[in-house]
Amino acid sequence: MANHHDTHDHHDGAHAHHDEGWFKKYFWSTDHKIIGFQYMFTGMLLALLGAFMAYVFRMQLAFPGQAVPGWGVVSPGQYNMLITNHGSIMIFWVAMPVLIAGFGNYIIPLMIGADDMVFPRLNRLSYQLFFVSVLLLIASLVVQNGGFGGAWTAYPPLSANKDFNLTPLGSSLWLGAVAVEFVAFLLGGINFIVTAMNARAPGMKAFDVPIVVWTIVIASILFMASVGPLVAGAVMLLFDQLLGTSFFNPNRGGDPILWQHLFWFFGHPEVYVVLLPAMGIVAEVMTVFARKKLFAYKTVIYTIVATGVLSFFVWAHHQFVAGIDPRMANVFTVTTVLISIPIAEMCFVYIATLYGGSITLSTPMLWALAFMAEFMLGGVTGIYLGSSGADIFFHDTYFVVAHFHYTFFPIAIIAVMSGITYWFPKMFGRHMNDFWGKVHFWGTIIPFNGIFIPLFVLGAAGEHRRIFDYHSFPHLATPELQSLRIIATVSLVVMLAFQPVFLVNYIVSMFRGPKADKNPWKANTLEWTADSPPPHGNWAELPNCYRGPYEYSVEGRELDYWPQNEKA
Amino acid sequence: MKPIATTRSSMNIATGKLAVWWVLVSEIVIFGGVLGSYIMNRIAHVEWGEQASHTNTWAGAFNTFVLLTSSLFAVLAHQAAEKHDGKKAAQYLYYTCFGGLIFLIVKSFEWAHEIREGFVIQSGGFWGYYYVAAGLHGFHVLAGMLVMLWVADSAKKNQDLHRVENVGLYWHFVDIVWIFLFPLLYIAK
Repeated sequence: MANHHDTHDHHDGAHAHHDEGWFKKYFWSTDHKIIGFQYMFTGMLLALLGAFMAYVFRMQLAFPGQAVPGWGVVSPGQYNMLITNHGSIMIFWVAMPVLIAGFGNYIIPLMIGADDMVFPRLNRLSYQLFFVSVLLLIASLVVQNGGFGGAWTAYPPLSANKDFNLTPLGSSLWLGAVAVEFVAFLLGGINFIVTAMNARAPGMKAFDVPIVVWTIVIASILFMASVGPLVAGAVMLLFDQLLGTSFFNPNRGGDPILWQHLFWFFGHPEVYVVLLPAMGIVAEVMTVFARKKLFAYKTVIYTIVATGVLSFFVWAHHQFVAGIDPRMANVFTVTTVLISIPIAEMCFVYIATLYGGSITLSTPMLWALAFMAEFMLGGVTGIYLGSSGADIFFHDTYFVVAHFHYTFFPIAIIAVMSGITYWFPKMFGRHMNDFWGKVHFWGTIIPFNGIFIPLFVLGAAGEHRRIFDYHSFPHLATPELQSLRIIATVSLVVMLAFQPVFLVNYIVSMFRGPKADKNPWKANTLEWTADSPPPHGNWAELPNCYRGPYEYSVEGRELDYWPQNEKA
Repeated sequence: MKPIATTRSSMNIATGKLAVWWVLVSEIVIFGGVLGSYIMNRIAHVEWGEQASHTNTWAGAFNTFVLLTSSLFAVLAHQAAEKHDGKKAAQYLYYTCFGGLIFLIVKSFEWAHEIREGFVIQSGGFWGYYYVAAGLHGFHVLAGMLVMLWVADSAKKNQDLHRVENVGLYWHFVDIVWIFLFPLLYIAK
């Protein structure tokens, strides 16, 4: 967190009336922008850890049994620990904090013209709890017997019984970390929802709110309405681990499938919890850099709501092979295929927004366009997996792994990069370097496809996702398949090698980048009417709102944009 | 120092009250998860009825009565707060808390008795859910009492009287959860 501190010292001139110590200012602050940064920086640091884990287990898969530089020889237990924690870190400690908590905290009050969240101290508590969950997670990795290795879905009996998972301390600490994190996000989510509902600028009606605020709020509602059963389930699983109860133990009258229901009742809406904010960020970036009104603003909002409602009725498509009734499987196949309709509709809306626009291919816009292209590949392959018949073949193969990485990577990396490069001038008052931004863009996107297209092929060839070393499976240990694994791993290493380009660009631009004015992209939304970076309290005088957020290239106006706070 | 955002009210609902309603939404799904799991398992396992017959229905009925009465006091406290009579509101809140205390005392006698009989959380089947559901609920009763004492403390000085209604909303929710738990855990044998 040292960078964090230095970064902001730089801007002391902008809000010099703050003379508290740096600890109070950056670690005990109730300012929504600082809390947003805390979430974002913590998430980005953990992304490095998650990426390192991916590197180690991909090296093991490409070159089994050889020492991995920076780690050594990977043991089977370590391998399980690495894939488990790669998954949980990237979803719970990267996608959630950066996308929802980070961007949500930073942009919601600014976009709705408020000076802060409605419950600033609750907001601070939310991050502090999140920080505790990070400490628990790190502790779970280093305790005796090692970190939890039962996959991020933590299915019992493997997760419930220490004789099976061999990591009594690691499993319980991991589960505790997840539970504490859920409480942190519940507090944050309540704050987001109430702030967006109640603290809007005078004149801002519900349909004047930018799409990204809508998506973050609806995502918070989805999270809130789906996580409860898993909170209860986590307590029950913790009791199974620590007290020897038998909620999920089939030998003593329990039911392991119950956990799968509780987990996926949360787990599938969770996909939309992170997808929706990503879609929202992309909508903001696309309208600004196409200089066009968002096509069908209201329809997009209805679509978001429809996606949210449908997302509660698809969870059992994760359990087609878990022995559920085939008639139920049919029902869930239909709902799963149905949910692709609103998502496809949103993609069409975005394409219609781009159509005929005057497009600038700046770095944020490149990321936004890449989001559309890559996410659609993830969505289309999901149709195969949502159909119960096809899923019985594809289940637990690398086809599934490639599919959800084609959804989660665009969400958690591509859309986040789009948002970071778009709001960077507002956050730090300076511009990032566009050339190095584009180098990083291509250096990430091309290897990304190089990693996961081979995994689709491997998965279709029957490669199971939980195998540590394919040597014991002759039909999977052929040189052809092994060379695909090596392509994927080499692509990963290339992609990781390009990430310092971003980090250096990011950190250097904070201090040395060319100064940005209030509204460098000529955008309409209210955050661009505040200073860059905004002081504590955001505006000297809070803005009023007179129109919707996407009035670009309005006929008869001299300027091609029309800020929400301008009366005429 | 409150931000201006906290004082705004675009929806014409007080910010605190709106937040309490969203807390209740998240609570409904937490209890919904436990009770849903319990009901599905209960239907599948006939033998849980025999285990449930060891619970003390009369103690449960008495506690239902106590909790409902305490909710009445929460309403009276709200009424007093509406009339800006903070002292009276605080007094009614103390009565409500007292109801919660009796509830927890009765509960602890029940649990002590059942544990002595050998029905513990590890006994599995019905007992696991019995202790988790009622324990989670008891935890909410305790938390509600603590918040209520804090609200009563400021209400006494005629400060933040709107909080009396908010804590009352929460207390009614805790009450309603018990209305579900009582038949599911005590009456259904």
